[in-house]
Amino acid sequence: MTSQVSSPAEQADSTVVGEQRKAAGTKDVRRLERVVIRFAGDSGDGMQLTGDRFTSETASFGNDLSTLPNFPAEIRAPAGTLPGVSSFQLHFADHDILTPGDAPNVLVAMNPAALKANVGDLPRGAEIIVNTDEFTRRAMQKVGYDASPLEDGSLDGYHVHPVPLTTLTVEALKEFDLSRKEAERSKNMFALGLLSWMYHRPTEGTEKFLRSKFAKKPDIAAANIAAYRAGWNFGETTEDFAVSYEVAPATTAFPPGTYRNISGNLALAYGLIAASLQTDLPLFLGSYPITPASDILHELSRHKNFGVRTFQAEDEIAGIGAALGAAFGGSLAVTTTSGPGVALKSETIGLAVSLELPLLVVDIQRGGPSTGLPTKTEQADLLQAMYGRNGEAPVPVVAPCTPADCFDAALEAARIAVTYRTPVFLLSDGYLANGSEPWRVPEPGELPDLAVRFAQGPNHSLEDGTEVFWPYKRDPHTLARPWAVPGTPGLEHRIGGIEKQDGTGNISYDPANHDFMVRTRQAKIDGVAVPDLEVDDPDGARTLVLGWGSTYGPITAAVRRLRGAGEAVAQAHLRHLNPFPANLGAVLKRYDKVVVPEMNLGQLATLVRAKYLVDAHSYNQVNGMPFKAEQLAAALKEAIDD
Amino acid sequence: MTEVTGGTREAGATGPTGPAGGSGGGGGAGPTDAGALLQLVPKAEGKQSMKDFKSDQEVRWCPGCGDYAILAAVQGFMPQLGLAKENIVFVSGIGCSSRFPYYMNTYGMHSIHGRAPAIATGLAASRRDLSVWVVTGDGDALSIGGNHLVHALRRNVNLKILLFNNRIYGLTKGQYSPTSEVGKITKSTPMGSVDAPFNPLSLALGAEATFVARTVDSDRKHLTEVLRQAADHPGTALIEIYQNCNIFNDGAFEAIKDKQQAEEAVIRLEHGQPIRFGTDGAKGVVRDAATGDLKIVAVTADNEADILVHDAHAASPTTAFALTRLADPDTLHHTPIGVLRSVERPVYDTLMTDQLDAAVEQNGKGDLAALLAGNDTWTVVG
Repeated sequence: MTSQVSSPAEQADSTVVGEQRKAAGTKDVRRLERVVIRFAGDSGDGMQLTGDRFTSETASFGNDLSTLPNFPAEIRAPAGTLPGVSSFQLHFADHDILTPGDAPNVLVAMNPAALKANVGDLPRGAEIIVNTDEFTRRAMQKVGYDASPLEDGSLDGYHVHPVPLTTLTVEALKEFDLSRKEAERSKNMFALGLLSWMYHRPTEGTEKFLRSKFAKKPDIAAANIAAYRAGWNFGETTEDFAVSYEVAPATTAFPPGTYRNISGNLALAYGLIAASLQTDLPLFLGSYPITPASDILHELSRHKNFGVRTFQAEDEIAGIGAALGAAFGGSLAVTTTSGPGVALKSETIGLAVSLELPLLVVDIQRGGPSTGLPTKTEQADLLQAMYGRNGEAPVPVVAPCTPADCFDAALEAARIAVTYRTPVFLLSDGYLANGSEPWRVPEPGELPDLAVRFAQGPNHSLEDGTEVFWPYKRDPHTLARPWAVPGTPGLEHRIGGIEKQDGTGNISYDPANHDFMVRTRQAKIDGVAVPDLEVDDPDGARTLVLGWGSTYGPITAAVRRLRGAGEAVAQAHLRHLNPFPANLGAVLKRYDKVVVPEMNLGQLATLVRAKYLVDAHSYNQVNGMPFKAEQLAAALKEAIDD
Repeated sequence: MTEVTGGTREAGATGPTGPAGGSGGGGGAGPTDAGALLQLVPKAEGKQSMKDFKSDQEVRWCPGCGDYAILAAVQGFMPQLGLAKENIVFVSGIGCSSRFPYYMNTYGMHSIHGRAPAIATGLAASRRDLSVWVVTGDGDALSIGGNHLVHALRRNVNLKILLFNNRIYGLTKGQYSPTSEVGKITKSTPMGSVDAPFNPLSLALGAEATFVARTVDSDRKHLTEVLRQAADHPGTALIEIYQNCNIFNDGAFEAIKDKQQAEEAVIRLEHGQPIRFGTDGAKGVVRDAATGDLKIVAVTADNEADILVHDAHAASPTTAFALTRLADPDTLHHTPIGVLRSVERPVYDTLMTDQLDAAVEQNGKGDLAALLAGNDTWTVVG
């Protein structure tokens, strides 16, 4: 997703359009507007790497794209089993696209398990490239195939390319001093080479990548490059692949600029580094490893030359505790985690609310409750972020809507945290974290100025004229209290989780003061300046679709389909969940119907129903996967017609 | 209120008020250079007095509580330390002792139960120009916060941890704690506690602590001397302070405090001195040749040469551990006080800062435009 400009092609299911022509050789070249490819294999087959490489080739070619990695929580589930299947789906196009695609046009199945786990998602007529070497009786029986699906007619509706990928790879590498097992491991690169030929992908990037990845093992690098080239040449020469495809660069989808492909977690990590520079505060990350958030810890730990301190704590609580300590000391403090970690951090978030110190709490949501589905996506932590603390402990909540948007959302969360001296939730999810899309790389000069002012001297005069420092004397506009960092002479003060007297910050059990402080902390968060909600409603619709977070792509794609079919439907997407944009209530009341699609059981719907007394309808999916645009469009159509 | 833009990132430009940025914090201190680490904290300009460290807050511990004596000792010691008081921070958890920061006229944070070592770790690791003290109790540090305590110790973060051990939960009105003796009758254990207690110093040594000491609330001179040694120590210093809770566990340390009983009960450790105690040093600690363990003997002309000489700087924690096991948990007889172990090991905050400096040296100062662009870009022209 790069813009909200509607494109008719997003509605179209058919992918093969445009003319056919002959290539310089004898093979047909067909032009497509968009393609969805899924690579699927064992967890150990390197499908994520293969998908990443194909994505990089596609990005550098200039297509718009969107990806959906999907892998089990087990690092190496038993080989050849259904639970062990790992896949990577990529949607690329010559125009602006929004989702990783509902259904693959092409499936690469490295073994029977991968075929069985994925064939149900394929529309009739899709192409299936299978590694026939793995279709042994035993491997097929392991996943419940009594007869070979390659021979029993069950794949008749598909265009199947049987390829002995393993044999061909081993054959291609026979000049290398490798064991058969070692040679077999390059079969993913053979498959990548074949697909790269099929879709006219540039190859230099992958060869360069392999040389760099295996810089210390030049033999392995050479073997992988040889397998990759062999895959390409196989496509070029074998008769089974009679057609190759072109998907032209998406030249009109992108505003001018420099682009790269980026995943949500990477964009989020970069956003934090940018926020550190824009606030002129050193970045401190306190974190405990947890899927799917760990990549942010990994990434930030690589950028110590930006003054970034990363602290891998003994547990989730220590992660946020150390971050809060660093915030007291004047760092831009961050903790990264997923839902179970948020549960453990709740008490410290409450302390941060009481201390009124800036702190970013990044929650890469995953399926819950409890351990739930560690590698799958969900949006079910919204109410935990809103309310999951003892007492009245309001915390602003910001949610990015696409992988690249994680960069801007991190800057926005930092703005709120340092301006209002408050912890802020940044609610990403597994889909955004691991998915990727093209991103226009911003110039540092385009980024918001987030300069912070520490308290430097007394801020209050006592009746006798004495100048003193009051740690809880607030800015009249933001209601933020001063941020006085240790090391500042004359501002020595004590803060803590016990209720404090307004102004002085001294311990106070006074009932009226507590009432005042509770309301003031709430008023501070309610008063956080957030932009008005924009509504996309070209046709004066009666139904509004309201979303938040990572459902932006699927909802927008579904809305495009509906509009393409002549339906009037309005769309709005929330980035700020707390506080809501000031115009949200008015927007909701303009429509007869409000539909809220969420990957939970209706958490945003609950919030807007409670706050605005609107009859918001939930449309929910909690299967660990993002919405499919077609299904969502059908559900929205039903709501419109209802 | 006057304010200036804060958050300086440049080394050397940090000044007294800014957080230490990427390569800030003074740098140059070798990881095991005791004096150099303390040098990072600015000195007080002019003479300080105990009064300078008393906050304007009314002290609200129960009358007669041992915490008063510890507070007075710390407030009395701070001027001797001579650090700028704005660069001193007290961080505490929850419990009676954890009210301590409110009474110190320094920066302070009264945090949540058990988490003070974690919070202080983040502060100390990001601000090497601060002297960070943790005040905690036996419940706070050893029960709910046990995890953070042991990990702070193994990391050797530059923290001074004062563990007030009164062997009871005071603030929740008298339940047994992780240091209460077996069989302790309390509100939550009417038939006696069945929990085996922790020996905090054994635990600390097992957690790779580099500085481990024990002292007593009522012995101000000894307490002050231990504070001095802890303050000089580069890395985490754990001081267990036996503290009397006169409401819920009065007299818990009477054996150590009563002058007569103390003769038998207390073993005063001094580095480089033979470990002798009792009237006229009649008893001593020797190594049991058969087991390698330590044992108490009556000192005679024959065995005088065998009396163990205390070596707080011994590389191995084995003897220090054996010393922690001498005390009888019920009678407190043969309780060593003083510095059991004080050794140098690389300090976490220093190592972290060194890596930041090394990263700048190797890769240059971070360039945001280059980072964001990465290696694979393409250009769309209008």
